Amino acid sequence: MSRTRRRDDTSVHTSFEHLLASKEMVIFCGSGGVGKTSAAAAAAAVAAARLGGSVLVLTVDPARRLATALGLEGIGNVAREVPTEKFREAGVEPRGRMFAAMLDTKRSWDDLVHRYAPDEETAYKILENPLYHNITGRFINAHEYIAMERLYELHRSGEYDLIVIDTPPTRNAIDFLEAPERMADFFGGWFLRVLTLPYKVGGKRGVRALDFAARPFYRMADRLLGGDFMRRLGEFFLNFQSMQEGFVTRAREVEKLLHDRRTTFCVVSTLESAPLAEAEFFCTKLEELDFDLGALVLNRALPDFLHDPAAAAVAQRLDDVANAGETAKRLDALDPVAFGDEARTAGILRTIADNFENFAVVAKREAEMQAELSTGNADVIARVPQFEVDIADLGGLLRIGDHLFG
Amino acid sequence: MNAVPEAQSADPTSALDLLGRQLLFVTGKGGTGKSTIAAAIGELAASLGKRTLMVEVDAKGNLTDFFEHPRVGYDPVEIRPGLWSMTMNTEDSLREYLQIFLKMGMMSRIGPLSSIFEFVANAAPGVKEILTVGKIAYEATLTEGVDFKWDLIVVDAAPTGRIVGQLDAPAAINELFEVGMVRTQTDWMREVLADPNRTALLIVATPEEMPVSETIELYHATEALDVRLAGVVVNRVLPELFTTAEEDTFDRLGDADAVEAAESVVGAPLEPVLEAARLAVTLRRTRVEHIRRLRSEVPLPMMYVPYLFTRSHGKRATRLVADALAAEMGL
Repeated sequence: MSRTRRRDDTSVHTSFEHLLASKEMVIFCGSGGVGKTSAAAAAAAVAAARLGGSVLVLTVDPARRLATALGLEGIGNVAREVPTEKFREAGVEPRGRMFAAMLDTKRSWDDLVHRYAPDEETAYKILENPLYHNITGRFINAHEYIAMERLYELHRSGEYDLIVIDTPPTRNAIDFLEAPERMADFFGGWFLRVLTLPYKVGGKRGVRALDFAARPFYRMADRLLGGDFMRRLGEFFLNFQSMQEGFVTRAREVEKLLHDRRTTFCVVSTLESAPLAEAEFFCTKLEELDFDLGALVLNRALPDFLHDPAAAAVAQRLDDVANAGETAKRLDALDPVAFGDEARTAGILRTIADNFENFAVVAKREAEMQAELSTGNADVIARVPQFEVDIADLGGLLRIGDHLFG
Repeated sequence: MNAVPEAQSADPTSALDLLGRQLLFVTGKGGTGKSTIAAAIGELAASLGKRTLMVEVDAKGNLTDFFEHPRVGYDPVEIRPGLWSMTMNTEDSLREYLQIFLKMGMMSRIGPLSSIFEFVANAAPGVKEILTVGKIAYEATLTEGVDFKWDLIVVDAAPTGRIVGQLDAPAAINELFEVGMVRTQTDWMREVLADPNRTALLIVATPEEMPVSETIELYHATEALDVRLAGVVVNRVLPELFTTAEEDTFDRLGDADAVEAAESVVGAPLEPVLEAARLAVTLRRTRVEHIRRLRSEVPLPMMYVPYLFTRSHGKRATRLVADALAAEMGL
């Protein structure tokens, strides 16, 4: 991996708009539940609307209504265009076109096997092995790798000006950054060699190597896992190994693409302690591994009016029993029909005062967290407010997009 | 401390019985507060005098943050009176397993175990899961005198997307490994997991679209599982500000003349205060819809934990959540 700094003055972006305009791939990451999928879809929508060109959003696990809004229901791996009508319904005449695709992990793996198996028979043997599903589903971050692999494939197709990808939830946020490297290591590594050794037809040298290197390992593995299982596993990996060259080359290319200057990362977080800690860790890791950290999106931030000190003073006075009573009296005088029951009105007034104070506490905490945030070299920090309703259509995505663009 | 026979309880589907079982797995979508709820259950159980072990499975290693206690490793550490905490580490679990069951103490001290483990754990399906679930089930069987060592084990388990794979590991291993010593170990684990009076799974959700959808999906996915569902904790529920009738009065309050009248007493600007109330009302309305969908599709006991405005994290927040859970359980 290249550790040399490629950052220069021309790569510093002053706005989210500039970032999207100058990059070809934007990878959205962050911990679960922070609104990553919506933010990625929103970035794609606003880019298609305002910047033009063909923009694709590749999403991993969208909420049902969002999937419906993007026309994604029941389609795996195939990019579909979001009809221009949908933009018009949202009151926008888009300059470009927006496409959406969902990541189908199993299908993508099958495609890879077909591509790199030496012949159809081997491909068939791999795909039919009962261990195939289990193993591709679990080993070496298969899910994370395949997302990056699809990004590579889509980018190589040359059909899109901008590809926005939403990453799968990972145990560890950096798993998918290292997935291509680990994939290459795995195929080139000694384990695969040791594991497949007894099943290769070889001369004396092979047998000797097995004696020295593999025997204690096998004795223990057989005892733990059962010999039959080890045999099936060995056969599977022997077939799998036939794809080694193709896989390693490919994984290296995917890794290169992630480091390409046309690729940038966008870290999403809410202003809560746990997601923020993960976001900070992620920003640090991106820098360390020499990836381009383009933007940090602070999602679902409470609105600015909660920081208004004059309003806080009003709420504090209104929370007082005497003041609330006096206000209720004035309101009764103004409109006896609506405010006839003064005690009830006073109760409502104190409730809303209390509510403001509650939200103000959270807003203050958010502001403090944002102030303390060490954002590394993120060029752009975008704040997206908490919307009162769920975002479930293109209009909503464009609203988020407007906030991203600032 | 529970004597062994008393670990049984009358009604395994009752949410009020959360603390009555011995082994409670807590799952939920990322961001729903799964760890918060697990920590609060640990706090509540310990405060009621139960000898409690918390296990953090998805090793971020921050479960003890909820008690403002330094991080802990694989060996349980008492972080408050009556409450122990440990962080799962599958390599340590394998080492312990080899020592206890296979008497492979010598072998496990030899260097390459970790690289062999890397292979086995990454390539062979279910190995990491079985080492996790196996260790937890093992802790559940430990006794001290006539009592179990732990009255309650609370597991901050894998998130909704991976919990089935984790809890299903012993059953899956049974199918995959026809012979071998691993196979012989899975039966007693399944026995612990499948006992509805002893073990249950709790789902944490927030009243939002994705957490609710994942809860519904998980509810259906667990039908084939050994472990039974205890219920759902709906976390971060916003308070209801007004009754419907009061809402009309509130709406009238937004008119210019009413704002002016109020501001003559308490000063300006009142508008942000009203706006905050509107935000709370609409947010709650959206969320109530999600709770309704959850209730109509998941016939399990539900417990509600309010959104905490004034505390975000730390010991006090954990205690407040524990109190809310206690209130829901009628304690």
